Amino acid sequence: MMMEQNVAQSLGLTEEAFMKIAGVLGREPNVTELGMFGVMYSEHCSYASSKPVLKVFPTEGSRLLVRAGEGDAGVIDIGEGLALVFKIESHNHPSAVEPFQGAATGVGGIIRDVFTMGARPIALLNSLRFGRLESPRTQQLVRGVVGGIGFYGNVMGIPTVGGEVVFDETYDGNPLVNAMCVGVMKAEELTRARAEGEHNPVFYVGATTGRDGLGGASFASRDLSEASSADRPAVQVGDPFLEKLLLEACLELIQEGVVVSMKDMGAAGLVCSTSESAAAGGVGMKIDLEKVPRRAQGMTPYEILLSESQERMLLVIRKGEEQRARRIFEKWDLEAVEIGRVTDGDRFLVMNGSEVAADVPVSLLTRGAPVYEREAREVPQPVLSDEERRKLPQPRDWGAVLDRLLDSPTIASKRWVWEQYDHMVRTNTVVPPGADAAVLRLKGTRMALAVTCDGSGRYTALDPYRGGLLAVAESYRNLAACGAEPLAITNGLNFGNPQKPEVFWQFKRCVEGMAEACRVLETPVTGGNVSFYNENPAGAVDPTPIVGMVGILRDADRILTTGFKEQGDVVLLVGHLRDEIGASEYLKVIFGRKLGPVPMVNLPEEKALGSLMLDLAGRGLVRSSHDLSEGGLAVALAECAIKSSEGVGVKIEAGHWTQGLGWDALLFGEGAGRMLLTAKQEHEKEVLEAASRHGLPARRIGICHGREILIERVLQRSVEEMRHLYEGAFTRRLGETHVR
Amino acid sequence: MKFGVIVFPGTKCDHDCLQVLREVLGQEARPVWHKETGLAGFDCLVLPGGFSYGDYLRTGAIARFSPVMETVIQYAERGGAVIGICNGFQILLEAGLLPGAMLRNRTLSFICRDVTLRVDNAQTLFSSLYRAGEVIRMPIAHGEGNYYADSETLARLLGRRQIVLRYASPEGELTERDNPNGSLASIAGIVNERGNVLGLMPHPERASEAALGGEDGRRLFESLIHSLKT
Repeated sequence: MMMEQNVAQSLGLTEEAFMKIAGVLGREPNVTELGMFGVMYSEHCSYASSKPVLKVFPTEGSRLLVRAGEGDAGVIDIGEGLALVFKIESHNHPSAVEPFQGAATGVGGIIRDVFTMGARPIALLNSLRFGRLESPRTQQLVRGVVGGIGFYGNVMGIPTVGGEVVFDETYDGNPLVNAMCVGVMKAEELTRARAEGEHNPVFYVGATTGRDGLGGASFASRDLSEASSADRPAVQVGDPFLEKLLLEACLELIQEGVVVSMKDMGAAGLVCSTSESAAAGGVGMKIDLEKVPRRAQGMTPYEILLSESQERMLLVIRKGEEQRARRIFEKWDLEAVEIGRVTDGDRFLVMNGSEVAADVPVSLLTRGAPVYEREAREVPQPVLSDEERRKLPQPRDWGAVLDRLLDSPTIASKRWVWEQYDHMVRTNTVVPPGADAAVLRLKGTRMALAVTCDGSGRYTALDPYRGGLLAVAESYRNLAACGAEPLAITNGLNFGNPQKPEVFWQFKRCVEGMAEACRVLETPVTGGNVSFYNENPAGAVDPTPIVGMVGILRDADRILTTGFKEQGDVVLLVGHLRDEIGASEYLKVIFGRKLGPVPMVNLPEEKALGSLMLDLAGRGLVRSSHDLSEGGLAVALAECAIKSSEGVGVKIEAGHWTQGLGWDALLFGEGAGRMLLTAKQEHEKEVLEAASRHGLPARRIGICHGREILIERVLQRSVEEMRHLYEGAFTRRLGETHVR
Repeated sequence: MKFGVIVFPGTKCDHDCLQVLREVLGQEARPVWHKETGLAGFDCLVLPGGFSYGDYLRTGAIARFSPVMETVIQYAERGGAVIGICNGFQILLEAGLLPGAMLRNRTLSFICRDVTLRVDNAQTLFSSLYRAGEVIRMPIAHGEGNYYADSETLARLLGRRQIVLRYASPEGELTERDNPNGSLASIAGIVNERGNVLGLMPHPERASEAALGGEDGRRLFESLIHSLKT
């Protein structure tokens, strides 16, 4: 008993869990079984700490075809017989240790989650966090991660269309790599990871099983330490070419109607894909490890079951259709082996030839994991006091402040990054990366898909509840800015060690904020990913919730874009103006201060802003639109001018609209719920009236004019100068990736 | 006209080419699986972009041994029209249907963006609807598009006017600044001596509809349709 218990502990099982397993089995579990329980009960697979908290997410909605937790990814109905499948997954720990392969396999994993549901993946996005870009280590990570993401997506032929990249010293040594994939399918081709039908054959398809990635799920459930590079064998190596073959073969199998269940082998490999498919269908399963194709000699049952070798799928095929399935696998030169059968009951029987390697109840393995009610302890929030606010110096040169923000890597153009991604393949990308949201046409319909991936680390660090609200509200606004109707979200929650009460409190409050925002904005949660233990020797990273939101434009000809269109158009600002400077990029870049208060959020007004934008886009009253976020109004104005194909500038008018606020808050405050619009002069009144009808304050603040941003006696910058700073920030720090 | 779009394992622009040929240009087009042989009845074969066999050895190096390539070579030798785009161009080089070779981009990174191109020969099957010297816009998306050939080959290409497209400034000048991948003589697209086989790195199928931001690529396909009809 003692020895087995020691093994159990080294596999991350608690004494309590060990006793429970032994009790149910009526005997001591063997080492293979302990390995299976260890990995299935790990935080990564069982959501032991997060499950009680995630319950507050709203998961109901009339469009939801598959709800959170029911499939590998969420599925929503978008009309015309089509459904969208989408999900986010993190690959933070592997990317910290081996950036290229870590990021590449993260992309590979999320793509599999989407096509296992029967959908053709049509878009990839990613949300990345790194330390200071000036540091050589960060530069190496950026090159590796961007290279790895590009490598996988480019070879797969799935465009990487958007996302975000943020730099902050909190992520030094623990970068965050969250990848999102969106797929589209005919609603009737929805496929489940649900094994059914006694005697149906279980097929293993794809790459051989090796020792790579052994115990990756357990690796992801620990803090990063100096010794983490010794975990490099826990990082897998990606083969996107093989995955491309798997994708095409699996979609062909689904169209042929021979598939009962499909699941990818991701975290916890074979043990997770088999047992969870069985659990979902309420059946048992019997597999034989001797039949599993291997790439290494002398692998033990433990190693075969837990290997996380990439590009492998588990399929349950309709009995009698084995030959049709085999023909399709052969067409795509794929190795497919029948490794077992679906059985009656709750028994998961793992044979190794004639010997029993493991024999455990499916339910105990998949649903028996302990759930922890973690302790949460509130952390006092550092804020800029009223006195500090009054004493905050007003810079003498606002133009120089804007220059520094445009050159700050978090705000600057990410062209250096996304030009390394094929963002056009499949010829759907109507609005390319670099906009508020990416927009893709949906061929065969009049509709377009708008999708964004946005997170809020600093806000959440300073106020987890508002950070949660803002993560959702910002994504919502990104879609609204394109004229899309936001429909649903997926999320990636990146936090520190949940056993620390302060970290768990951040997690809990953040989820509560996100849940509240999703409820009011009517964008239910379809699924997501929790990544804990994002810590390095210096402590936890800023808690970073990432939201991936999808929306639909009913008319692909009515897409709104960021760039100013024509001289003489009026510039309008919708939303409240407040003296909010806390948590801003301005405070951080100019004063080196990371302090709240985080801007307040009014959810009904965010919802009204979404409705207003739909209304205006539908009536064709708006010529350009851009939501205000990092860097506030000044950066938004600069971006609209820089992205104007004609280089159109703006002249801000003096007047009552400033409400007597200081230029710091006016120009650089990051108040929520605001949108910058331009319209033809003759439509000014109609737009302002529409805003008022939706209960939102709006005013004219200037006019499209010249080739510069001009606020008389305050700020003057030419569009060309700003473009140089904004577009060149990465190249100045990282060197050229290409000439022009 | 009837187009065959060849699909190797790892080809990724097959759907895009088929859609442009069928939906935008109203032509007949079907995918041709790389294991097919004895192709008949096609007016043009298109080798689309992608990463055939993952391009793990060298771009196009494995695809050229696919069963279908023997037929493609015979088809080209009989004078049939063949277009190789991006990876398709790389495969045509490996198969010896076009001269030269590809190196990694000068910057060693994958590049996806619009480029401006100068039409150097507007008298080929594939370029007759452009004006000589015209500057057009198309996207590139590749990691190995740095065209190379020895000096004799280059002299032949120049002498026989086999260079169809070159990376150029919006004003039509050949500068290093406008040469995204470091190609020899800014070469973006060439034809064989007989003029029936075209290889190009830019993606005309991605520049065939206004909704995607450009239509200059469509005229390449239209040129061929026009040339073969008359």
